[in-house]
Amino acid sequence: MATTTETPTDSMGRATALAPPSLSSRAKARMVSALLIMPLVLFLTLVFVLPLGGMLVHAVENGEVGEALPGVAAEMRGWTGEGLPPESAYAALARDLKAAYGDPRLGEASRRLNYERAGYRALLAKTARSIRAIDRPRAGWTAELTAIDPRWSETATWAALRRASPSLTPYYLLTALDLRMDDNGSIARAPAEERIYIDTLGRTLWIGFVTTLLCLVLGFPLAHALVSLPRGFASVLMVCVLLPFWTSLLVRTSAWIVVLQKEGVLNGLLTRLGIVDAPLELVFNRFGLYVAMVHILLPFMILPILSVMKGISPSYMRASASLGAHPAVGFLKVYLPMTLPGVGAGCLMTFIIGVGYYITPSLVGGARDQMTSYFIAYYANTTINWGLSSALGAILLACIMLLYATVGRLIGVGRIAGIQ
Amino acid sequence: MSSPTRVLQYAFCCAMMVFLVGPILTVIPISFSSAGFLSYPIPGLSLQWYEKVLAASGPWLPALRNSLIVGTGAMALATLLGTLAALGLARNDLPGRSFLLGLLIAPMVVPVVISGVAMYFLFARIGLTASYLGLILAHAALGAPFVVITVTATLRNFDTTLVRAAYSLGASPVRTFFTVTLPLILPGVLSGGLFAFIFSFDEVVVALFIGGPAQRTLPRQMFDGIRDTIDPSILAMSTLLVGVTIVFMVLLTRLGRGTGSKSGSKA
Amino acid sequence: MMLHATRIVGCALAAGLLSVPALAQSPQTEQLTVVGAGGVLQDAERAVFFRPFANANKVQLTEDSYSGQMAKVRAMVDTGSVSWDVLQVEQNSLLSGCEEGLFEKIDWTGIGDRRDFIDEAYSECGVGAFVWSMVMTYDRARTADGPKGWADFWNVQRWPGKRGLRQTAKMTLEIALLADGVPREEVYKVLATPAGVERAFASLDRLKPDILWWTSGAEPIERLASGDVVMSAAFNGRVAAANQGGRSFALAWDGQVLGVDYWAIPKGAKNRATAERFIAFASRPEVQARFPSHIAYGVTNRKANLAVDPKLAADLPTSPANFTLAVPLDTAFWADHGEALEARFANWRSR
Repeated sequence: MATTTETPTDSMGRATALAPPSLSSRAKARMVSALLIMPLVLFLTLVFVLPLGGMLVHAVENGEVGEALPGVAAEMRGWTGEGLPPESAYAALARDLKAAYGDPRLGEASRRLNYERAGYRALLAKTARSIRAIDRPRAGWTAELTAIDPRWSETATWAALRRASPSLTPYYLLTALDLRMDDNGSIARAPAEERIYIDTLGRTLWIGFVTTLLCLVLGFPLAHALVSLPRGFASVLMVCVLLPFWTSLLVRTSAWIVVLQKEGVLNGLLTRLGIVDAPLELVFNRFGLYVAMVHILLPFMILPILSVMKGISPSYMRASASLGAHPAVGFLKVYLPMTLPGVGAGCLMTFIIGVGYYITPSLVGGARDQMTSYFIAYYANTTINWGLSSALGAILLACIMLLYATVGRLIGVGRIAGIQ
Repeated sequence: MSSPTRVLQYAFCCAMMVFLVGPILTVIPISFSSAGFLSYPIPGLSLQWYEKVLAASGPWLPALRNSLIVGTGAMALATLLGTLAALGLARNDLPGRSFLLGLLIAPMVVPVVISGVAMYFLFARIGLTASYLGLILAHAALGAPFVVITVTATLRNFDTTLVRAAYSLGASPVRTFFTVTLPLILPGVLSGGLFAFIFSFDEVVVALFIGGPAQRTLPRQMFDGIRDTIDPSILAMSTLLVGVTIVFMVLLTRLGRGTGSKSGSKA
Repeated sequence: MMLHATRIVGCALAAGLLSVPALAQSPQTEQLTVVGAGGVLQDAERAVFFRPFANANKVQLTEDSYSGQMAKVRAMVDTGSVSWDVLQVEQNSLLSGCEEGLFEKIDWTGIGDRRDFIDEAYSECGVGAFVWSMVMTYDRARTADGPKGWADFWNVQRWPGKRGLRQTAKMTLEIALLADGVPREEVYKVLATPAGVERAFASLDRLKPDILWWTSGAEPIERLASGDVVMSAAFNGRVAAANQGGRSFALAWDGQVLGVDYWAIPKGAKNRATAERFIAFASRPEVQARFPSHIAYGVTNRKANLAVDPKLAADLPTSPANFTLAVPLDTAFWADHGEALEARFANWRSR
């Protein structure tokens, strides 16, 4: 068949086109592929990408102050940031606060300003309350506002307002990277006791990496056993792999606490057997976290590898053996490379799901095992700081993508998850 | 394979079985405890947690039903769309393929809290919040990457000569798909579908945002009141699910269509 | 289970009899969606507030639960699709949500006389529902001569072993200052200064190697029962529940940190009038007085506190003897400094 020459092949020389040869031309085949992908792409665009875009915008969006206090926000654009702003800025603030009194938008602006400088919320509330009683200033608004609270005579107070006024802000992204803009507008590292997110991010990626590695080391032989051992035994093994899936994450995590705690099942067993004298510290530390995470994520490693292994015909190994290769050589040279797509897919899933965990680390981990997702959830849910939450999320996302691309380049294109 | 290696393999498998199932079996007795703790020793035996979970008027059975409805719906949609997309992606020369792939696996990478809030904004405007459909769509979107990744991996080793053989024998594309392609990639499709189902079955954040009181799922019921208490009723429910799963899987194996290895017996 | 059911029915009947006049008012079935924190707490609320109110007023009441997360409320208000009518919220969520327009303002004339309620119960956007507290507790079965207060909590020579503290700066920093000898009434005065914050963290530093952090209220109780910690800060209601379940946990009221949960109405709630009636109902002394018999949390109506069974009162954070030993959480302080202090705390914890 002439058309087969046109069928694209991958690096291993196997044909990859699945379109029937009757639609022989490449363009047609390509169109079939596109049509196959289209439904999911459309679906995800509508249900996921569009709403998500709106959410990630929060990472730079900064409309709160401009909407609630438009006058003073405009004044801030004209102010150099040195010394104190002119009387007109004080007057604009007074006007804005009077107009915005009781408006929920003032609340949102207060929250935004409070991020820049703790205590701003109370300052604005106090000022807004007091200023309503003043119809006409006796000695100018500068004096009136300073009389209400001396903080209005501090440059830092105004600098915070100036930073929070533009409609877009680098604040959240900078904070998520432990950076901040100082009163002069230059970027500097956050004070040591407030640096946290970079460390957390590094820890998150490291925990994800170790967990993935452990899952691979344990999961690969297990998947191989599932295809190579007699069927009866393999079925029981398969039941064991899938059973944990039917219990809630909460149950699996709690189960490990029961097993690993000081007077837990394992310590009891070890003490009774005389292996240890005093109970070991097995949980509420990194060790316990790895154990629980590997347990939860192992099926995500095993199943993709298994589904690839099932597709490998035993004839390849037989051919290798009949050509005189040692079984170990055959395994390494023939079998292993063919399982790589499954390994890649398994690692990808394990890693991504692993770095997203936060309930398990907070239940079985120690104080030093907090992960980025905890803060994402904390800011999104509890304090409704969607800006910082989105910024942390965007950075975690970027790290995963970067890692994905780097590993893809290192290991060889097309090897991870069978993806180019 | 030589016999010492075999013995080692069996020993490893048994150790892994203990690791995988041990902790769960360990906590199952606590579901029969008369006390409200998740720890040993158990002061006395009682079926109170099972009574609570199985109470006809209680919240647990409707939650299980909702989880099954949403999980099945999300799995069906994710598996269908995900498998089609994976088949399409099997072509290496598709323009913008990496970009498309990035897009398709993005739902897995983005933290669920962010997706949850984001989807709420869209769904609220079109009246999809507090509905089964909304929850199914949301979970399908987040579960689809599992299917895409798993099926794509399976397709890498797919022997296309079989497809060409089918065509040359005069089979139609549709028939070829169902008789040749699908059976070969079925393990991948099944495990992808299973992941999509399990994702939905254990997902609590999006369920909180998109679901209303009538769509309360099992995870929401399990995480209920976590600020205050975790009582053994979650263990009772898990024990029941584990029991049902074992029976179900044993039946499947008996029927000769187990998820266990087929090639193992052929080898 | 059975016992619980009869109790619920009993309460429902009693409440029904008490409020017969309300019966005649509603020609059509009204709807109301009430959202609590779930678990045993909501079981108690159901028995005392939800069912009696629904029965007395012929309201079709739907329950939901959440874990105190404001994100959904925010999303509902922003999109104008508010499906919740009454919500149980924690103090600082209420305060910041009120400023940002997430909640309707409460018309207190419909609720009752402000002076009948404890001071903390009053808020522009909410009415205090119940009072819970963070107390120090230990297992008498394991520790015979136990610690008496937070200062003893820090004494690792006399009582070696891990201590449980909640994984938040809020309440933990107060506790650290109390342990360091700061008098109850000066805790927030000290904490409001940078030196006070340093002092609180320095105090925590001394205990750091011995702290086991917890997030869910069930954890400290489980850890005490399993012997993983010798003493812990815990929600007083959980301690009382454990003791009812056969444990013998001692708790110290001295230096208890009090928190209040509120009823609030999300902005744009569809059944606002019914929601207000529900809150008024749940604030009545005769209704509130029944709450502590279901769960060991205090109530906000002073008259209700007087009507509580004296035997129960000893276990409540709000009983006069215990209340004088308390540090009430300063919500305004946390609204201002919460974000910064929580970040610093998380950072301190992880190194």
